Formats: sequence, C-alpha cells, structure tokens
Amino acid sequence: MILAWLLIIPLLGGLLAWPADRITPMLPRAISLATLLLELGLILPLVHGSGAAILSAPSPITSGRWLATFDASWIPTLGISIRLDLDGLSWLLIVLTTIIGLFAVIVSWREIDHSTGFFHANLLWSLAGSIGVFLALDLFLFFFFWEVMLVPMYFIIAIWGHEHRRRAAIKFFLFTQGSGLLMLLSILALAFLHQRQTGVLTFDYVTLLASQPTGRLGTLIMLGFFIAFLVKLPSFPVHIWLPDTHTEAPTAGSVILASILLKTAGYGLMRFAVPLFTAAAHHIAPIAMALGTISIFYGAILAYGQSDLKKLVAYSSISHMGFVLIGIYSFNALAWQGAVILMIAHGVSTGALFITVGSIQHRLHTRDLTRMGGLWTDLPRLSSFGTFFVVASMGLPGLGNFVGEFLILRGVYAVSPTIAILAAIGLIPAALYSLIAIQRAFHGEANAKRGTHDFGTRETAMMLALGAAVIWLGIDPQPVLKIAAPSIAVLLPITHAAAIPATRRGT
Amino acid sequence: MNHLLWLVPASPLMGATILGLCGTMLPARAAAIIGTASVGIAAFIAILIGLHWYAAAPPSHILIQHLWTWLTLPGLTVDISLYLDPVALLMMLVITIIGTLIHLFSTAYMAGEAGYSRYFAYLNLFVAAMLLLILASDLLVLFVGWEGVGVCSYLLVGFWFQDAANGYAARKSFIVTRIADIAMLAGILLLAVKLGTLSIQPMLARATELWPHGGAWPTLAAGLLLIGGLGKSAQFPFQTWLPDAMAGPTPVSALIHAATMVTAGVYLVVRLHVLYLLAPDVLLAISIGAGITILLAALAALVQSDIKRVLAYSTISQIGYMFLALGVGAWSAGMFHFLTHAVFKALLFLSAGAIAMRLDHEQDIFKMGGLRTSLPLAFWSFLIGAASLAAVPIISAGSFSKEMILGAVWFAPGIGPGLWAAGLLGALITATYSFRVVFLVFFGPAHTPVTGRSGAPIAVPLVLLAAGSLLIGWLETPSFLGGDRLVMTLLHPVLGSPAPRSALAILVEAAGYIVPLLGIAIAYTLYRNGHWQRVAAAEPGALRRLLRTGFGFDALYEALLVRPFMALVRALRHDPVDHVVTLISAATLQLHHTLRRSQIGQIRRYAAWLMAGSIATIALLVFA
Repeated sequence: MILAWLLIIPLLGGLLAWPADRITPMLPRAISLATLLLELGLILPLVHGSGAAILSAPSPITSGRWLATFDASWIPTLGISIRLDLDGLSWLLIVLTTIIGLFAVIVSWREIDHSTGFFHANLLWSLAGSIGVFLALDLFLFFFFWEVMLVPMYFIIAIWGHEHRRRAAIKFFLFTQGSGLLMLLSILALAFLHQRQTGVLTFDYVTLLASQPTGRLGTLIMLGFFIAFLVKLPSFPVHIWLPDTHTEAPTAGSVILASILLKTAGYGLMRFAVPLFTAAAHHIAPIAMALGTISIFYGAILAYGQSDLKKLVAYSSISHMGFVLIGIYSFNALAWQGAVILMIAHGVSTGALFITVGSIQHRLHTRDLTRMGGLWTDLPRLSSFGTFFVVASMGLPGLGNFVGEFLILRGVYAVSPTIAILAAIGLIPAALYSLIAIQRAFHGEANAKRGTHDFGTRETAMMLALGAAVIWLGIDPQPVLKIAAPSIAVLLPITHAAAIPATRRGT
Repeated sequence: MNHLLWLVPASPLMGATILGLCGTMLPARAAAIIGTASVGIAAFIAILIGLHWYAAAPPSHILIQHLWTWLTLPGLTVDISLYLDPVALLMMLVITIIGTLIHLFSTAYMAGEAGYSRYFAYLNLFVAAMLLLILASDLLVLFVGWEGVGVCSYLLVGFWFQDAANGYAARKSFIVTRIADIAMLAGILLLAVKLGTLSIQPMLARATELWPHGGAWPTLAAGLLLIGGLGKSAQFPFQTWLPDAMAGPTPVSALIHAATMVTAGVYLVVRLHVLYLLAPDVLLAISIGAGITILLAALAALVQSDIKRVLAYSTISQIGYMFLALGVGAWSAGMFHFLTHAVFKALLFLSAGAIAMRLDHEQDIFKMGGLRTSLPLAFWSFLIGAASLAAVPIISAGSFSKEMILGAVWFAPGIGPGLWAAGLLGALITATYSFRVVFLVFFGPAHTPVTGRSGAPIAVPLVLLAAGSLLIGWLETPSFLGGDRLVMTLLHPVLGSPAPRSALAILVEAAGYIVPLLGIAIAYTLYRNGHWQRVAAAEPGALRRLLRTGFGFDALYEALLVRPFMALVRALRHDPVDHVVTLISAATLQLHHTLRRSQIGQIRRYAAWLMAGSIATIALLVFA
C-alpha cells in the first residue's frame, strides 16, 4: 500500500495546491514543499530494515527481489491491473525524482509569480507521473503514467516558459506524444501476441517477460519501445525537441526535464526494451551503439557552437545520454551500473547547471553568452558553483559523473573496444565545450558593472547540497551500486539466457 | 607516525575546503596562514615519516594505508589506499617541502590581489591532488589525482581571468593534456580488461606473469599510458601547452609547471617500470622522443625574450633528460634528476618572480639588465639556479644528476652513444641559454627602475632553495668525490641497482663536465653586454622566428586540429537535423497555403477545374 501512497500523495498535493493560491501565492509553494518532504520521508526508509536484507540476496524477478509491492485490479476483463513494484533501481530513481522535485520547488520560489497554484499542481503531477513510471509493472499502467508525466510538463512550458514557449511546447508535445503512441501500439501488439500464444490477455510485465517475441515481428514491436525511449533520452537524430524545450522552459521545467524525465528513458530501456525483447535487443545493439556514439559527438560539438547558455547545457545532455545508450546496449553489468550512476550524477549536476543558468537569467535577463563574461567579478559565488558543476559534468575524476562514465567505458570496452575508445575520445569535445562555457560566462572582463546580487542563502544552500551529492557519488558510489546491483543482476541474465533461441521461461 | 600518512594529502585538502567554502569571509592574513599551514603540516608529517623510514624502513620498504573501498563490483574493485614506497616517499618529500616554500613565497607575491583566498584554495587543492597521484595504490585513483592536478593547473593558469589571453592559455593547457589523457584512459581500460585489476602491484605482477617480454599487449598498454605521461610532462609532441601556461602567477609556474605536476609523466613510468620493462619498443621510443624534446626545447629556449618562457622551455628540456634516463632503464638516475631539478627550477622561477615583483611585473629580459647590484638576493639565487640548470661541475646539484644520466645513457646498448651525443649537445645549449639570461638580466646597463622591497616570505624560500641547489647533489656523488649513494640506497628496493660503471666512463664523465663550462663561455662571449642579441631580437631572421615559436607546432596543430574542428562546429551549429524537420513542417504549411488558395468560393473557378478534370479523364480514357 505504501507504493500507492507514493503516487497518491503528490497527486493529492497537486489538487490541494491548485486552488491554494487564491488564499496567498505562498501557500502552493509550501504545500509542494510539504508534499515532497512527506514523499521523501516515505521512500527513504524503504531500503533499510527488511529492504536491506532483500537487496543483499538477489533472487528471481518474480519473487522476493521487491522492496515493496502493490497489486490491485483495475480493468480485469482486459487484464489490466494496478501493479506497482519497487526494486533498488526504481528506489534510486524515485529518490532522485523527489529530491530534484524539491529543488525545482525551491528554484520556483521567486521565479514563478503568476498562477502559482496551477504551476505547483502541474509540477507535482508531473513528478507523480514519473514516480508512476518508475513503479508501474503493468504495461498499460506504465503507458498511462508516461502520459501523465508529459501533459503537465506541456503546460509548465507553454504557460510559464520564455519568449518562444508555445512553439517549444508544441514541439515537445508532438515528439513525445508521437513516440508515445508508437509505444502504445507496441504494448497492444505484445499483449495480443501473448494472448494468441497462451490464450490469456494480460498487460502484466512479469507475465509478458516470458513471451519474448522473436523474428521480424519481435523486432517491430521492440522498435515501438526503442523509438519512444530514444526520443525521450534523447538520442541523435530524434533529439531535436530537447534544445528548444529546455531553452524555453522555466528553470524548474528544465531541471525536471533534464534530471528526471530523461531518466525515464534510460529506465525504460533497462526495464522494458531490453528484457522484454532480449533477442531483438541484441539484434539492434549495433545500431543503438552507433546512435549513442554519434550522440556523444554530435551533442558535444553542437554544445560548443551555441551562444545560448541554456542550449549549450541542453546539447551537453544529449552527449551524456549517448554514454548511457552505449552502456545499456553493451549488455554488460559494469556498464549498466555505470549507466545508473551516470543517470543520477547527470541528474544532479545538470540540474544544478540549469539552476545556475536560471539564476543568471533571473539577474541579467539574458541567456546569451555574448552578453555575459566576467560574471566572476560581480557574482563570485554563482560563478564558482557554476564552474564546479561544469567541471563535474565534464567528468572530472573524483566526482559522480566520472564514476558513471568510467564504468560504462569499462563495460563497453569488454564488449567492443572500438566503441569504448570512440566514446572516450568524445570526452575531448566535452572538455572543449565545458571550458568555453566557463570562459564565456564567468571569465573575461566584466564589460559593465551589473550591480546585481550574488547567490543568497537559499541558493547557496541548494548548491551546497547538490555539490555534496556530486562529491559523495564520486568518492563513495558503493551504496548506490549495491542498491542497483540486484535489479541489474535480474534484468541482465534474462538477456543472456533468452539470446539463445527457443529459451522459454515459465512464470 | 606512519599511521598519519593519510593526513599528508588530507591536510591540504582540508585547507582547500575551508578556503573554498568561506575564504571570502576570511581576512587575507588568515587565508595565507590556512593555505600555508595546511601544506606545512603535510610537509612536517612527510619529514617525520621520512626520518622514521631512515631509522627503520617498514617491511619490504612498503607502507600501505587502506582508507576505504571506492567501488567493488564483479570484475572491478578499486580501493582508495595510500601506497608509500621509496619512490613515492621521495616525491612526497619534494612536493610537500617545496610546496610549503612556494606557499610561503606566494603570501607575499600575491599580496593585494583580488581572489587571494581563491588562489590559496586552488594551490592547496593542487597539492592534495598531486599527493593523491603520488600515493595512490590503484591506477584509477592515480588517474583521479592526475586529472585533479590538471584542473587545478587550468584554474591557476587562468587565475587572472579578466584577461582573455590567460583563459586561452589555461584552456590550451587543459585540452592538450586531456587529449593525451584519453590515450591514458584507453590504456587503463585495456589493463583493467586484460589483467582484471587496476591495483598497481597485483596488476604489475599479473602482467609479468601473463605477458611475454616484448608482447603486443604490454607494448600497447605501456604506449598508451606513455602518451598520457608525455602530455602531462609537456614532452614532444605535446610540449606546446607549457610555454603558454606561464600566463599563471609565477609561484604557480614554480610549483606546478616546473617542480611537481609536469614530472608526473616521469613518475608514472617509474611507478609502472615493471610494465615498461616488458615493452622494449616503448622504452626505445621514450629515449628517442626524449632526445628530440631535449634539443627542440633547448634551441627554443635560446631565443626567448620572456624570462618565464626561457624557464618553461628549459623545464621541457630537463624533463626530457629524465625521460632519456627512463628510456635506457636508469630509473634511479631519472628520479635523482627529478629531485635536483625540482629544487633548482623552483629556485629559478621564484627568483624570476622576485625580480618581476620589483620591476612592476616586467618579464622581458631585454628590458632588464644590471640588476646584479640592485637585487643582490635575486641575483645570487638566480645565479645558483642557473648554475645548477647549466650543470656547472661540482658546485651545482644539477651537474651530479645530469652526469649520472649521461653516464647511464652512454652504456645503453644500441643507440646509447647517439643519445649520449644528443644529451651532451643539449647540455651545451642549456648552459648557453641559462647564462644568456644571467648576463642579460644582471649585467650590462639597467633598463627598468627597481621599486619596492622584498620581505622574509620572499627571502626565506630563496635562501633555502639556493642552499638546496648547491648541496643536494652531494646525496649522490661520483666515485672520485666519495661515492655517496644515498638516493640509490633509498630507491634500491624498488628500482634495483644500476649497472656498475666501467673504465671508459672517465672520458664520458670528463666530457660531461667540460661541456657546460664551454656553454657558459659561449654565453659570455655573445651576451656579455647584450648588444648583438638586442639587435637580432629586434629584427629576427627566419630561423630565429621559427625557434621563437617553438618550431611552429602551434601553427601545425592549428591547421590540423583546431581549424577542422571549428569548421565542423560552424557547419553543425544550427543543428542540421532540426533543419530537416523544420523543412518538413514548412513544406506542409506551404502545401496548406497552396491548397487553400484553390478553395476561394468562385463558382466559375470550380467549374473550370471541373471541366479541366473531365477533359483530362476523357483524354486518358481515349488515348490510354
């Protein structure tokens, strides 16, 4: 039942926050904050006590691996149920979602000053959608949450965004919705295929795992999932919604997009696209690896060319997610661990970067790098935090992103040294765009006295917390690795077993 | 005392953390005290450990302190442990002691600068990262320190960030070394996959067990790691970043770009020398590359007019000597030269800094002159440093270590004599360019007025380093001067003992002693009053221009790497994929407009279309 509460609390919180701004604009903010703190209080204890014991003993996917489960009938005639399960991987991503959500509320404290009620409602619903995505183990339910997560985000961009917000919001909606429809088709096809095989219509993930469609049909069904997640990740060449969306979204929107929504794609690949179609996934691995490698370079080179700081960070995300993509399609446990760490570290460091860009925009009313320069003179605190997170996202060893990148490279190298070395070379343009960003934003001569205020207590505390998280991930990633290990152990062996044709597993 | 080893890197790290978090709230004096004391504490503990070691070395001359497990996964376990052996001990002592002196010097040199506490935070962080690099027991942890010193170097080269040129130099230093580091990362990945561990000692043991002498894997692994080392140590073909890195404050150049960080490549090879012994081809490449580096850098140093650029090229060239020693397997000789070089090069840079402070930050040697009388302390310390760099026999530390390297190279099988000749020619040029600076700066007529005065924080490091430059060579003397072998004895358990010298060495030794004196004589003849040099510098010929740019490597890399990358960036900047999609939507819109125009509600237009359609249909039916 606790899993249901994890969803009900933010949904209810949103409902409460919506009308609350009639009383005072402050109230929705307080409600959001309280909701997310409550959520955090619920989710955090789940890995302790009995959870710790479950994590230390890996077991088959069907049983005791779950930290918590919830199963209720929804539409029995169609075999759709509300099945929620929490394992280590989901736990990590939900904790990330909740914490980043908290930061999104805090950055919106001053930035969002009209219709705060509706804004915070959308924010909480979008978070609830992502938490649902990380929990749902019924494919129909998963699709439902996938949509729940996107629609509020559309509103956040379209209502509270910057100059070209409408265009960006529509682009975002078309791309994610279009690819979502593909995924729906695939979900239906998979369920009907399973019905034809066994006579039972069900959308239950664990049951459908046994289906393992192969051949051309299997590949086609798998592609629906693959493309949807590729769009969301995003990967070259379906990345083009991301830079516009990021640029136009308000800071909280960018933070949630980069730190959480992109991670649902990595999660989806690991949970669904690979285990449900192991043979087809192996089949498509070379293409996925190639796309990942192209993304690494394409994102980095384009990031270098941007003069809009927010766009620069957005393109850098494409580059980082390229690492996640090659890591996942190497089907190597180390690389998967790396992908998990990189997703979390990227969530934290890029979230922090978007907060920094948002703060700069709030103060200078521009994101244009040509109008920045010399910020260190006026805003030393903002600039030093900005530099820290740029250096972190560049993959400086000792910080979180490096652990992820290294584990991915180590895992990929065992499978394909060529891809690993190409990806490693991609770290050179990463340094190029990172350093040019520091130069153009923070260094150089302050061309005019800007007379603006540096980070205050609220922003400094936020940055310190995020910085501590990046350092902690960098020097002691073992707890995270340990929590993710059982999930990966279960998701990956199925891959190998089913790669051999005609391997069928009972449930 | 040994259990305090962790404090050696931790103390500067704590200093950096305190200064980084609340440096702006502290008064400058407090920042200076925290910055210097944190490194001073590290030096104090290092010295205590060193004395303890001297009295009673730990079993098998290794001290391991396990801190925590970084990550452990099936197939990869990385421990954060400190591994102290004689080589690391020597490095640790040099870094902490010279580091303390340079911090002390900086307290005066940087006085009144904006970002005073930020400077000490970076410098402390650098020392911590460098010590981690030295003490890491695992190659991946070493890489953490390796990249850490790179970032600190970047931050310090670009410390005066208002000037875009400094930012460019900082980026260049980081990018060039990162390109090399990617090769190193590939080498680390190769070792991790092939040998299953990155913990240095077990990894080396497994390498000797699994890989044959001269096999493809050890050659590839050693080669890739070497590229990383060459990048960090600014060796050919990566030497281009170091002269530009002189844009940073002078004490930074002394500590990072002369005494410590740039020798990390040397340390890497020595630390992994067991692997390099399996790869004779790589060793050969090291010695040939070192020969090229020595001569290229020495020739470039001969024509520079900025005192710091002369010293930068001399650093490249001197590290070339260390690599020359490594290439022929004379590990201890390389480490000994590292020791003497660290002392005398820090001294030279600090003297240059002390001069610049009094000349309103003038660094052009042609605008100096006659400073012998007005700046006696700087004169004597620079002279002692230059003597050591030039390897003046007996009285200078540099002569002992350079002599040892040249002796070892001579006996190397195969191309030994050829390399020896290159090294000797390098020594001649080195002596010439060192004393060119001495004569131009301290003799002849004065050109720039001297202002201000230097206090104890300037004087104390200079005096101590000068004493070191005179005396430290006596740790390790040739047989006719007593044959002390303190450094060899210390390093022996790790690096083994060098081959005994044979009789012919006397001639080789004599040549090594005479050549520096010859170089000084040339410098005296040419530059005594600096006239000829001034004329030549004003109207440089083609050769001089080529030498001054360091043989045009910058232009070469600009054409080969920078311009293609920038062209690519320009071509892709507006995201061509986005364009395609925009085109599709534009085409749809266009179609919409075109079709809409047909729906305008005029009956006769519709009738005309109807007619045209009917005729077309009938025509089709009839003719088809």
